[in-house]
Parts: sequence; structure tokens; C-alpha cells
Amino acid sequence: MANAHASEHAADKYYVPHSSPWPIYGSVTLFVFMIGLCGWLNEWYGPWVFSVGVLMLVGLFVGWFAVVIGEHQRGIYNMQVDKSFRMGMMWFIFSEVMFFAAFFGALFYARQLSVPWSGGEGVKIFNKLLLFPEYSATWPTNGPAALGPRVDGSFEVIPAFGVPAINTAILLLSGVTITIAHHALKESNRRILNIFLAATFLLGFLFVGLQAEEYILAYTELGLTLSTGIYGSTFFMLTGFHGVHVTLGAIMLLVIWFRTMKGHFTPQRHFGFEAVAWYWHFVDVVWLGLFVFVYWV
Amino acid sequence: MTNTVTHKHVHDDQDHKTHGLKRWFYATNHKDIGTMYLVFACVLFFLGGAMALVIRAELFQPGLQFVDPGFYNSMTTMHALLMIFGAVMPAWTGLANWMVPMQVGAPDMALPRLNNFSFWLLPFAFTLLLLTLFVPGGAPAGGWTLYPPLSLQAGDSFPLTIFSIHLMGISSILAAINVIVTILNMRAPGLGLLNMPLFCWTWLITAYLLIAVMPVLAGAVTMLLTDHFFGTAFFTASGGGDPVMFQHLFWFFGHPEVYILILPAFGVISEIIPTFSRKPLFGYQSMVYATASIAFLSFIVWAHHMFTVGMPLAGQLFFMLSTMLIAVPTGVKVFNWCATMWKGSISFETPMLFAVAFLFLFTMGGLSGLMLAIVPADFQYHDSYFVVAHFHYVLVPGAVFAIMAGVYYWLPKWTGRMYNEKVGKLHFWLSAIGVNVLFFPQHFLGLAGMPRRIPDYSTQFADWNSVSSVGAFIFGFSQLLFVYVIWSAVRSGEKAAVRPWESARGLEWELPTPAPYHSWETPPSQGVIAKGSMR
Repeated sequence: MANAHASEHAADKYYVPHSSPWPIYGSVTLFVFMIGLCGWLNEWYGPWVFSVGVLMLVGLFVGWFAVVIGEHQRGIYNMQVDKSFRMGMMWFIFSEVMFFAAFFGALFYARQLSVPWSGGEGVKIFNKLLLFPEYSATWPTNGPAALGPRVDGSFEVIPAFGVPAINTAILLLSGVTITIAHHALKESNRRILNIFLAATFLLGFLFVGLQAEEYILAYTELGLTLSTGIYGSTFFMLTGFHGVHVTLGAIMLLVIWFRTMKGHFTPQRHFGFEAVAWYWHFVDVVWLGLFVFVYWV
Repeated sequence: MTNTVTHKHVHDDQDHKTHGLKRWFYATNHKDIGTMYLVFACVLFFLGGAMALVIRAELFQPGLQFVDPGFYNSMTTMHALLMIFGAVMPAWTGLANWMVPMQVGAPDMALPRLNNFSFWLLPFAFTLLLLTLFVPGGAPAGGWTLYPPLSLQAGDSFPLTIFSIHLMGISSILAAINVIVTILNMRAPGLGLLNMPLFCWTWLITAYLLIAVMPVLAGAVTMLLTDHFFGTAFFTASGGGDPVMFQHLFWFFGHPEVYILILPAFGVISEIIPTFSRKPLFGYQSMVYATASIAFLSFIVWAHHMFTVGMPLAGQLFFMLSTMLIAVPTGVKVFNWCATMWKGSISFETPMLFAVAFLFLFTMGGLSGLMLAIVPADFQYHDSYFVVAHFHYVLVPGAVFAIMAGVYYWLPKWTGRMYNEKVGKLHFWLSAIGVNVLFFPQHFLGLAGMPRRIPDYSTQFADWNSVSSVGAFIFGFSQLLFVYVIWSAVRSGEKAAVRPWESARGLEWELPTPAPYHSWETPPSQGVIAKGSMR
């Protein structure tokens, strides 16, 4: 094929993108990011290399996406490429689901198996008799050694029907607003699109803000930290990774909002919008799992 | 499409190869990226092999002769990580890059820049991993399975190892997404899923496994990281966690991982055996269903790697029986390969020699796996050299032989040149003999009670250990022949025929030889598809 735009004039021709410096730049970026983190954790040097890595990462996202958005706006991508992007995004979200599955797996394993075993359940009676005679295996727990910041080993949990319930409502509502925005986009109602998309990311950032407040409360008043035994570990790693995903999702929504304000996307072609919407629904569903299994039951 | 008027100015030179370093650093071509993957895998194969030879040199006699025990443990750990994540997986991805677009009638992979990203993550991932050899405390030495609490006691190598695994995981996931999307979205119109070459099928299922389990490994090693640096208690019993939980998470990844290493091999063998038997593959559809069944079962057998950790009896029974079930679809495959050869007009060129050796030797590895699946027997075999013999049989004369078979088989199509059949056969025979001298005695050692991951051993194990070490050096050095035969074919091989193997089927053989830079610029016609179809 002579050049890219041939692909759309002749439907029987394939589209192949031109070569790009971004993948190798991305690899170098992740290398700097990670070796920076290693050096920081190992106390070889401070956070400086890591900071450079973070800046490079921002550059990676801005630069690479700018190229792709530009190519999309110039109409280089045909429908087959569009479909490849869609499938790619779905499988990427599936990989994210499996990442969270590992942490949910850890939570279920601890609650259903290892904590009761530590308390001497079933054939593990010798744990009770010999190892941890004082320990009563209930959930939430910070283990037989009662790990955590407080001297007496106690800690409190965040009740489900306070801020977490409000956060649930916020995320569910944001799922509704993005759907309204999507329908507006399909019906070329740009005003409704812009308003409801803005509402969606504002709800997202509100969620993150409330979570941050809960974290501060947990660390300062409840004795609940990352090192509060298995409860603190699963609580903060699950809600923390979720919070990171919500933050990223909200930033993605913000970028999409800038694009809709600039008049990007058509009722027929709006892969970027849909990809971010899928991602948003994904963090929403993960939150429902968290609300039920981490906060509630 | 938006703004169709403005794109007149866009001239993305797709025909033009970029030259020099840019061709490789900025690559978007599936063949260039495939080549980089294969060369990378080859380099890591020799690095990992050198570590294996350090291990076998140390084990040539009882007593400590060359290395101290800590370094020895680093060698076993690094050898495994390099061979699994650096040699076999990239080799498969390299072959997928070369073959999948050609076999499905596409010009390239579906997401070519992502493809380049997946590749270039690997050199950096392994730079991180190899750096651990030079940091205080040395390279990770707790085994590639990274079980806590031992793995948490590593020195400065700890975060380097974790993050290199993260990078490898990102690379694998992105590559897998690319393969799936290519097969599902880039197939030539009219090429049905059940007309694809089996290599595409097995890779499709492999890619699914990769996306499903690499994130679980990422999660598990992230928990190790936070346990080490941030005070979490996932694997600390006093905090309510459980070190055994890591083993569950790890093997939930680890067992599908072994099928990630071997399923593409099933695909390659299913292409080569029909070609050189001059018969179509026996039971094409049952091959597809068997592959899918194996993939499904691979998710529900993980705890057979940890029968001795003290899990409830019901768990042991479940995992024993589910593991044995895998023998059924695997048996279907072995039966089909034999039935394909039955009454065929067989010739034994190098790819076929490797394929037939695979058939025998992989099956042996499978049978020892069945022995290990039996709970009471496993109590005896666990962590012994019998396990080492088992997984090396499925990985070396299994996965590695299949990779080599595939390279010999498709090299004429890639380069337009033929390898030297005599040297190829010599390479095969040295490898086949070497690998058996190397690994067969390890069955005896394991059954006699020799534990794995130990630099020194009791004198009753001396004889078979020295035999095994001799085999290791024969096998290791004969791989230099492989490099020689490929190199000389690429440089100065005889011109290959358009159809180097006259009864080979699959769309890749309908392309000119060597295959053009962009494999199928326009979709193949229905006639070509019918000719290249597998059924």
C-alpha cells in the first residue's frame, strides 16, 4: 500500500501504521521509572531517578496519545482499525479484572481459610493448642500478633453505611451520567454530552476526595494502616489500587471532555469515548465488589 | 470517518522500510519485530544455558568445587527465570509475530506499535533482572517461584526482581492482546476460525491464558513487594496472613503458565507432522477442542504443585483428579499425531526429526507428570530430581525442540534460503542424544531421593550426576550448531523453492518465497484461501 489514506479509499486494502519512536521511548520510560523505584526502595539514592521516570511517563502518555488522536482526527483509521482498538481495550480491561482478582483472591483466602485455620479450625487444631492459644479468629483481624500502629493492637474499621455507601451512590450515579453523555453523543446533542461528561469526572474526583478523607481518618484515628495485619493489608491494597484506577479513569474522562469540547468524535466514530466509558464501568463494578466484601459483609 | 479531506497530506510510508537502527528501534513490521524476538530469545537461551552449565559443572561430582552455595542457588533461580520468561516465551511470541499474520492472510499484526512496545520492554526487563547479579546480596536465590518468607530475605536484588517481573508481565499481556486481536479481527474474509492453521489456534488460546494469569502473578509479586517494604502482612502468619497463600496465587499463574509454554508447541507439531507425513492432520477439530479443554483445566489444577504444604484432604483429592483429567485431551493430541503419521509417506527432514522426538519425549514428560499428580506418590517425589527431570522433559525436548522444529520448518519461507540439511540433522541427533543423557538419569536420582536446588549431594548419587553433566555439556555445546546452521542459511544458503515442503498447507505457503515485507497487502482471494485452508 502506497500510503495510509489508500486504506480508506480502497476497502480491500489494509492499513498499517508508519513506524514510531514512542514504543521504544515507552520502554526506556518504564525502565527509568522502575530502576528509580528500585534505587529509592533500596536507599541507593533518593526519589530523583523515580521522579524523572514519572515525568517521562507523563510525556509518554501525552506524546503517544497526541499522535494517535491526531491520526484519528485526520481520518487515517478505517473501521477495521477501530475494531482492533475496541477488542484491544476489552482484553486490556480483562487483564485488569484479573489483577483485581488476585487481591480479591487474597481477601477470600484469608477470610475463609487461613484466618480460621490460625484459630484452630478443623484439622488445624494444633494451631490453637500449640501456636496461637490466645487468638480468636474473627474478621476483621490483624492476626495473632495483633500487628498495627497502636500499642494495644486494637484497631477500628470504616463502617459500610457511612462514606462508603455515599461513595457507592456517587459511582453508580457517575455510571448513569456517562450513559446519558454517550446517548447524547450518539444523538449529536453536544451540549448535553459536555455537561454530563463533566458531571461524570467531577463525581469521579469527588469519590477520590472522599476516599482520601477516609484514609486520613483511618491512619490518624482508627489505628487502621497498611501494617494493621491482614485486614489492613487487604483493605488498603484493594481500595488503594481501586482508588488509583478511579483517579486514572477520571483523568481519562477529563481528557475525553477536553476532546468533546474541541468537537472531537462523531455519532458513528468515538472509540476513545467508549473505551474510557468501558473503563469507567469497570472501576464501578470493582467498587461494588469492594463495597460488599471489604466494607459490608 | 471524520475530516476525510485533510488526510491528503498524510503520507505514511508503509512500503518503505526504514533503514539502519531506526528499522529496529521504531519497528512496526511484524517480521522485523518477530526477528528481534527470536534473536533476543536465542541470546537469553545461551545466557540461561551458561547458567545451567554452571549448575551441572558444580554437580559433576559430590562436594563443592566451583561456586559457593549462595551463588549456586542464584544460578538455579536465574536459569529458570531467564529460560521461561527470556527464552521460551519470547521465542513463541517471535514465531507468532512471523507466522500469525501470514497464516491468517493479514498484512501485519493488528496493533503494530503496541507490538514493538511489547518487544522493547523485554531487553529492559532483563537488564533489571541481570543487574541483580551485581548488587549487594547477589541475585535472587530463593527459586524462581519466589516463595516467601525466603524470597523476602533477599538483599538489594529484591525490588529489581519484582519490577523486572512486572515489565515481563506487561510485555506478555500486550503481546497476547495483539495476537488475539490479529486472529479475531485481521483474518482474511472467508477464512473461518476452523480453517486456520493449528498454530494460530493454539496461540489464540495461549494468548487468552496469558491475559488471564500474568496479572495474577503481577498481583502476587506486588504483595511480596508491599510485605517487604510497606509492612503489609499478606504472607505473615502473625498478622493473620499465610505464606501458603502466595503459593496458591503463584501457581494459579504458574500452572496455566506451563501451558503457555507448551500449547504453541502443540500448534507447531500439528503443522509439521502432516507436512512430512504427506497427509492432512488427523482430527483437526478434536485438536482444537483438546487445546481448549487443556486451557480450561489448567485453571483448576494449580495446587498439585503444593501437595505437601498441608492442605485439606478434599483439596488434595480434587486437585489430583482434575490434574489427571488433563491426560485425556493430551492423549487425544498424541493419538491424533500418531494417527496422522499412520500409513503416511513419511520423510525425515530436520523439522520432522525434531517433531517426532517431541512426540516421544514430550509424552514421556507428560507421563512422569501423571505420576507426580498422584498425591501419595508425590509426597515421595516432591522437590526431588524427579520433578526436575519431569519438567525439563516437557520444556526442553518439548517446548524448545518444537521452537527449533518451527524455525527449521519456516526458515525457507522467511529468508528464501534453505538450511544445510546435513548440519541440521547433526544438530538434531546431538541434541536428542544429549538431552536424554542429560535428563533421563535425573529420574533415577529423584526416585533415589536426591533433592533439587542443592549444590552438594550424598555420594550414592555421584554416578548418575556425572552422566547427567556430560549430557548437559553435549546438549549445550551442540546448540552452537543451531546458530551456525541458521546463520549460514541466512548468509549463503541455497535458494529455497517457492514451496520448500511440497505438501505443506496453510496460507503462509501461498505467499512468494521469501515472504514479502507486508505479508498480505490485499486479502487473499477465495481460491487462495481454499487452497491454503486446513480442511
